[in-house]
Amino acid sequence: MQLNARVPSGPLEKKWDKHRFEMKLVNPANKRKFDIIVVGSGLAGASASATLGELGYNVECFCFQDSARRAHSIAAQGGINASKNYQNDGDSTFRLFYDTIKGGDFRSREANVYRLAEISSNIIDQCVAQGVPFAREYGGLLANRSFGGAQVSRTFYARGQTGQQLLLGAYQALQRQIAAGKVAMYPFTEMLDMIVVDGRARGIVVRNLATGELRSHVGDAVVLATGGYSNIFYLSTNAKGCNVTATWRAHKRGAAFANPCFTQIHPTCIPQSGEYQSKLTLMSESLRNDGRIWVPKQVGDPRKARDIPEAERDYYLERLYPSFGNLTPRDVASRRAKEAVDEGRGVGEAENGVFLDFRDAVTRLGREVVAERYGNLFDMYRQITGESPYEVPMRIYPAPHYTMGGLWVDYNLMSTLPGLFVVGEANFSDHGANRLGASALMQGLADGYFVLPYTIGDYLAGADLSAVDVSHAECRKVEEESEQRLKRLLGVNGSRTVDSLHRELGSMMWDNCGMSRNETSLRETLSRIPELRDEFWKDMRVTGRGRDLNQTLEKAGRVADFLEFAELMCIDALQRDESCGAHFREEHQTDEGEARRNDEQYAYVAAWEFTGVWSEPKLHKENLVFENVELAQRSYK
Amino acid sequence: MKLTLHVWRQQNAGAKGGFETYEARDIGPDMSFLEMLDVVNEGLIKEGKEPIAFEHDCREGICGSCGMVINGNPHGPKKAISSCQLHMRTFADGDKIWIEPWRAKAFPVRKDLVVDRSALDRIIQAGGFISVRTGSAPDANAIPIPKENADSAFDAATCIGCGACVAACPNASAMLFTAAKVAHLGALPQGQPERYERVRNMVAQMDAEGFGYCTNHGACQTACPKEISIDFIAQLNRDMMRAFFTSR
Ligand SMILES: Cc1cc2nc3c(=O)[nH]c(=O)nc-3n(C[C@H](O)[C@H](O)[C@H](O)COP(=O)(O)OP(=O)(O)OC[C@H]3O[C@@H](n4cnc5c(N)ncnc54)[C@H](O)[C@@H]3O)c2cc1C
Ligand code: SF4
Ligand code: FES
Repeated sequence: MQLNARVPSGPLEKKWDKHRFEMKLVNPANKRKFDIIVVGSGLAGASASATLGELGYNVECFCFQDSARRAHSIAAQGGINASKNYQNDGDSTFRLFYDTIKGGDFRSREANVYRLAEISSNIIDQCVAQGVPFAREYGGLLANRSFGGAQVSRTFYARGQTGQQLLLGAYQALQRQIAAGKVAMYPFTEMLDMIVVDGRARGIVVRNLATGELRSHVGDAVVLATGGYSNIFYLSTNAKGCNVTATWRAHKRGAAFANPCFTQIHPTCIPQSGEYQSKLTLMSESLRNDGRIWVPKQVGDPRKARDIPEAERDYYLERLYPSFGNLTPRDVASRRAKEAVDEGRGVGEAENGVFLDFRDAVTRLGREVVAERYGNLFDMYRQITGESPYEVPMRIYPAPHYTMGGLWVDYNLMSTLPGLFVVGEANFSDHGANRLGASALMQGLADGYFVLPYTIGDYLAGADLSAVDVSHAECRKVEEESEQRLKRLLGVNGSRTVDSLHRELGSMMWDNCGMSRNETSLRETLSRIPELRDEFWKDMRVTGRGRDLNQTLEKAGRVADFLEFAELMCIDALQRDESCGAHFREEHQTDEGEARRNDEQYAYVAAWEFTGVWSEPKLHKENLVFENVELAQRSYK
Repeated sequence: MKLTLHVWRQQNAGAKGGFETYEARDIGPDMSFLEMLDVVNEGLIKEGKEPIAFEHDCREGICGSCGMVINGNPHGPKKAISSCQLHMRTFADGDKIWIEPWRAKAFPVRKDLVVDRSALDRIIQAGGFISVRTGSAPDANAIPIPKENADSAFDAATCIGCGACVAACPNASAMLFTAAKVAHLGALPQGQPERYERVRNMVAQMDAEGFGYCTNHGACQTACPKEISIDFIAQLNRDMMRAFFTSR
């Protein structure tokens, strides 16, 4: 396996332009001769499918929900970044680029990140033209807010439902292409495996979730836009269906997996309330603009929040980071919350949260202003916990939220498997070791609307592909393998439910490969994962039939893949013997408990090659070269 | 708490369905309604039975996947939430709960509580979009939009496409869903060129899918988890009139 990032030569700000000129074009009349398979209809997949269809390609788009509009992107709340500088506060392409590189703790590729910042403005234009109802000022122009600790206001938003509005924009563009006959949509369909012919990605095997039928789809290129894998932790802020299956299957067929241990933990989620909790709910980060985070000074303090006097409260973020206070980046805020709870100062019945208190905000701004800013979030919190944040402080705790790791891609967003492109959260490309708030939506749409449609043309124009149809022997073979695997899942007939095994894997990963990691516990986890995997294949139970709507079977397939992938995550975390961004190795911290990077040895992307379920994966390194920024220690004091 | 559930079970679209009774034990007030069903389902699997099929994904009221009629109310007894946002503290120990799928001719049952809602996608395909090529958009601030128009567009655009309005309507009409999209795009300058064409085509598709006619019953608005207002239906009707007079 060779890693060639294909970064164009020349100055940073000219690279994308130059590359666009140098890429081969597909003649308009020839575009209809190419078939492209897109798996996923979130921001990345829907925008890519719509744009490719519009350009004239034949597109087939797949998603497992019953409608393309329900992809997990719909749940994004806070907003989307763009360096428009509408607020005249000094934003620029270079500043957004710099903030993203620095926020990612210098573990991402300069050229990709610069291109992202460059394209960000076009995204907003495109979305507004589609009718996305972003927030506006009274003069009728677009409003912005500052988000996730950024020092400029570059975040565009649509109340607390930005992801929904952006996705509906892309979904509507997609529906338009479906009506025009350029995209064939396959909702309620799950990709189970990848078809590779002559070393190139040529198709997928899918299962119709309504009938259980398996079938192959082939094309000239395959695009994965299948989102992130936070659900490896069982409890996360992600939708229940989010999975690693598509990317893991592609990995097993030759696509390198990059930085799997880079997973982001979001600091402000509602803590777990019981054993049967099925997911965690995010409370928008914007709450940290006015809420103050604290825990009691005293360990095990039994009093109610309002009975604890000011002097006995520890506003630990304000104490430790006087200049950023409650607005420190996600990874820092999360780790400090964990520390407080681990010390026994956690709040709530289960002592598993910290307070996010609006008492002072209500005094300072009045209840009305607070309601206007956060009313819908307060209602949501009350809905779930039965408590009103106007009366008692919210309880929050960090939760798995986003995965920076993903399939390795070059500058063209192509993986190490030729013909396989990866966009959105599914790839590893732009966020390094930590993603900034409001940048995932930006990246998904940049990839789908403005990058992939060009780069895929360059591949198709030069690929010289042989004709492949669904009767090809390779299709038959992969279909048969998928069939056998489903049979195996159905045949175990043990005593444990898939959920109980998933919960066990999740808590193991959360404790040992979550917010902080160390060598001893990673090694121990690495020995326990195969045991759990064994138990899964010996003792789990799927009822019902294969040729039918069978949600337990779907779940079992996804958990089986998580059980393999978990090992790679731990191996990666072990290998990266430094702390950076969201990857915190306890062995590597400063005296003040901050992450200590090791640029000399670890300024690389770890791209793993699959060698077998029971054998060690092979590490390939893409060294990161920083020509335009100086590597600095992050400081938020 | 302990509850008795009467759940609609149906093997597939062709099969005849019926209610089955289950006991839900050890249910806590902080559990969500879907978590309560998870518990029941884990129990069923352990007994070697097929769990109750129901759709869900985000479990926070935004994806529109979940949807069931609970004690006769789409999304349950509480206002302005979807089924996944309902919590067990709404119920009391010993309650009996009836759970059924959306019932409408245009939403055939796939299995148990899962119905096929693809008709809603096809209504959008008929015109629920603005035709703009990727890359051809002017600067986002080139056209100022009065805040109240933008806000009204947003209010309509919050529809999650769940189909509760159809399930609530005695005529199984998809008018609220359709009107919400027509109103969203119609409130914006970008949506004007296709405005009348859009409403005509979307309403025609709605009819073709077998949804019923709107008789201003208003049950849709009560059931809607996003509180989409029936005022949008009046607006759709006005646009339809205009479309009629400006027809090709
Ligand atoms: C609660 C929450 C709030 C967030 N808020 C923000 C925010 O404010 N700003 C921001 O920038 N980011 C935010 N994020 C992150 C952001 O929403 C996601 O990273 C982004 O939407 C991912 O988009 P995507 O298109 O890559 O994937 P997704 O939207 O996850 O879409 C994945 C698609 O792939 C399909 N799929 C997956 N596997 C298969 C398979 N095996 N077979 C067939 N189809 C498959 C799914 O059906 C779906 O259509 C938030 C995330 C969460 C969880
Ligand atoms: S209008 Fe309301 S009830 Fe109808 S689909 Fe939209 S959100 Fe659901
Ligand atoms: S599961 Fe998404 S709205 Fe209920």
